[in-house]
Amino acid sequence: MAQAPALPSGFELPLEPRLPKIGSVDQVAVEERAASLARRSIKRESKVFALDLAVRMMDLTTLEGADTPGKIAALCSKAMRPDPSDLTVPPVAAVCVYPNLVSRALERLGDSGVKVASVATAFPSGQSPLEIKVEEAALVAELGAHEIDMVIDRGAFLSGNYAKVYDEVRRVKEVCGKAHLKVILETGELGTYDNVRRASLLAIAGGADFIKTSTGKIQSAATLPVTLVMLEAIRDVYEETGRRIGMKPAGGIRHAKQAVQYLVVLHETLGPEWLTPDLFRFGASSLLNDVLLQIRKEKTGRYQSPDYFTLD
Amino acid sequence: MTELERKQDRSPVPSGFDYAPAPESRDVVRLEKRYGLFIGGEFVEPRSGEFHSSISPATEEPLAEVAYAGPEDVALAVTAARDAFENGWSEIAPSERAKYLFRIARILQERSREFAVLESLDGGKPIRESRDVDLPLSAAHFFYYAGWADKLEYAFPSRKPRPVGVAGQIIPWNFPLLMLSWKIAPALASGNTVVLKPAETTPLTALLFCDVLRQAELPPGVVNIVTGDGRAGAEIVKHPGVDKVAFTGSTDVGKEIQRALAGTEKKLTLELGGKAANVIFDDAALDQAVEGIINGIYFNQGHVCCAGSRLLVQETIYEQTIAKLKRRMGTLRVGDPLDKNTDVGAINSKQQLDKIRELVAAGEEEGAEIYQPPCRLPEKGWWFPPTVFTNVAQSYRIAQEEIFGPVLSVLTFRTPDEAVEKANNTPYGLSAGVWTEKGSRILWMAQHLRAGVIWANTYNRFDPASPFGGYKESGFGREGGLHGLEPYLRFE
Repeated sequence: MAQAPALPSGFELPLEPRLPKIGSVDQVAVEERAASLARRSIKRESKVFALDLAVRMMDLTTLEGADTPGKIAALCSKAMRPDPSDLTVPPVAAVCVYPNLVSRALERLGDSGVKVASVATAFPSGQSPLEIKVEEAALVAELGAHEIDMVIDRGAFLSGNYAKVYDEVRRVKEVCGKAHLKVILETGELGTYDNVRRASLLAIAGGADFIKTSTGKIQSAATLPVTLVMLEAIRDVYEETGRRIGMKPAGGIRHAKQAVQYLVVLHETLGPEWLTPDLFRFGASSLLNDVLLQIRKEKTGRYQSPDYFTLD
Repeated sequence: MTELERKQDRSPVPSGFDYAPAPESRDVVRLEKRYGLFIGGEFVEPRSGEFHSSISPATEEPLAEVAYAGPEDVALAVTAARDAFENGWSEIAPSERAKYLFRIARILQERSREFAVLESLDGGKPIRESRDVDLPLSAAHFFYYAGWADKLEYAFPSRKPRPVGVAGQIIPWNFPLLMLSWKIAPALASGNTVVLKPAETTPLTALLFCDVLRQAELPPGVVNIVTGDGRAGAEIVKHPGVDKVAFTGSTDVGKEIQRALAGTEKKLTLELGGKAANVIFDDAALDQAVEGIINGIYFNQGHVCCAGSRLLVQETIYEQTIAKLKRRMGTLRVGDPLDKNTDVGAINSKQQLDKIRELVAAGEEEGAEIYQPPCRLPEKGWWFPPTVFTNVAQSYRIAQEEIFGPVLSVLTFRTPDEAVEKANNTPYGLSAGVWTEKGSRILWMAQHLRAGVIWANTYNRFDPASPFGGYKESGFGREGGLHGLEPYLRFE
């Protein structure tokens, strides 16, 4: 293991500048706070702003065994021009695909500004030898992906081998080159908010540029309280070190209303500075059309049939 | 102030993502121009002939004229209550009493929006709180005590519980409807009749509640509501026809009442002031503890007798906690109580605002360091920004006296023993909060803190099943739970 840090039972990461103490999270209180933020009323102009921002923050995702070049082509077209009948709707932030489809996506997106994110490191389980995972990430970076979404080894994490988790993130980060590294914690498998916080800080310590909730491959994906816990970890890191880490809730966000709630939580936790696609993303596949529907509704005052929005 | 200025002042909210305003409609509330006294099931003109306006603290606009009861009026109300007690209410089947209470609870739920809006309008508290806390809890109290009404023999086995008679109840202005519910529900459940006086500045929900009583077809005279100021309260206390006095309010008035009742046979419960310690240990879940601090002191503008107004932070996490606290204070939204996004509403009265100002000035003079987040307050109405004092010594007035406003005093401690010592070093003893991840420490603290209510890893959480009340100058007697029935019963 390269540079195994002295982590295990201590509650402080031996890094400079010092990262926050791991600390703990109170389940009842954090769920209450998330619920109370979800009840904020948003007035119309703010809603329009939030919906537009949600589109710009979207990582349009397809991660299926059945993905083909044709599917990717369709997804890329949608990413560049989400609503062909309304050109004021901005392109999304990125498309998120499997490694084999990175080249195809890059080709289709050209210089549109939409980034290509690829999952790597034996997505979604992460249960492969480290060498293979590192090599996969290196290959993806070489192919030109702008962003790499890696998974942590939950088996190692849940057996208390935090050093291994940290070490893997570091190793992958080393081979990412210019590509941004998003670290997927798969919070649905971590069991407690305390674990979510610990995994967030481990990933950030290992060099994550973004932390991401889920693979989207298991039932329990992103939730508001989980996102709040991760944002609070990000805030603590920022306050102690000045490092700005991004956040990506993924999976389970299907409605525009939910997206706005996430933005409220983001805004109240980290402030306006984080309201940018550079620091916040939504990982979703079906959210985009609902957001488009709502944008159209805000503009015309009427709801359209879903038939007026393309399914890609 | 123009809308634009207001927006710019709302840092840290960017102009693109401002939530406000999202006002709740006032149309659900229909107010009379003038209210008499509710005696014997009818609104009657006060014999005193006196009326005063109830004012909205957020706008200083008069909402309605409300009668001020004089001695004659109080006497009439007590007579009506006595009649109702002797001619029916104490004799009917307990399950019948329960029926009325269940009805009242359901009607409150059905009309909760109307009550919530009126509560915020008359008292200045944010609609978010009246909607999510005051109303659900009020209904819950009636439901809870409705359940006890026909089970008193089981609640107090072989003690033969009997109602005491006419209960004179005087309630404060911080939770007008909720305090009414805390008082009326157990009194009726145990078979008493009631003369209740709402606070001078917040009588309107109590008057609307009379409409609920009629809707529930409660027999006339079982509940009588007399509005007025302290003089009416004093009349209730000293009236010989009253068998039991229940008071929630300031410690000074509580002492007066106790003096007045000395040597009489009247039963008394007092729920008075507080200066609660909210104790944060260094292993606490800090972000949630900060939420708890905020909820502890800025909930209802700090107009809460059990407010966590003294923050005791372990020194090892002092700086971190204060930084997080100040940051969080910056996101509190102060303003229109009827706006659904408002976190901190208006100060209930001019008098209360003056008192807060005086104590805050004293704090600054004594050498404490004041912090208030940038927020511009509306020009009309009575407002005070969320405030925190650091560098506070135990001897300062702001660490000793109840401010009853959105003002927090921060002290530090080094060991659990010191935390307990400082927390208990107060004439009050109503409530306390403990924040730690260690279960054994929570239990140890709960054993050593001299306070009636101790919250662990939460604050200001209420449930009708849980008794509430104080030690020392915070009063005596318990409200809520099984304990809350006892003051309304005598045992043969």
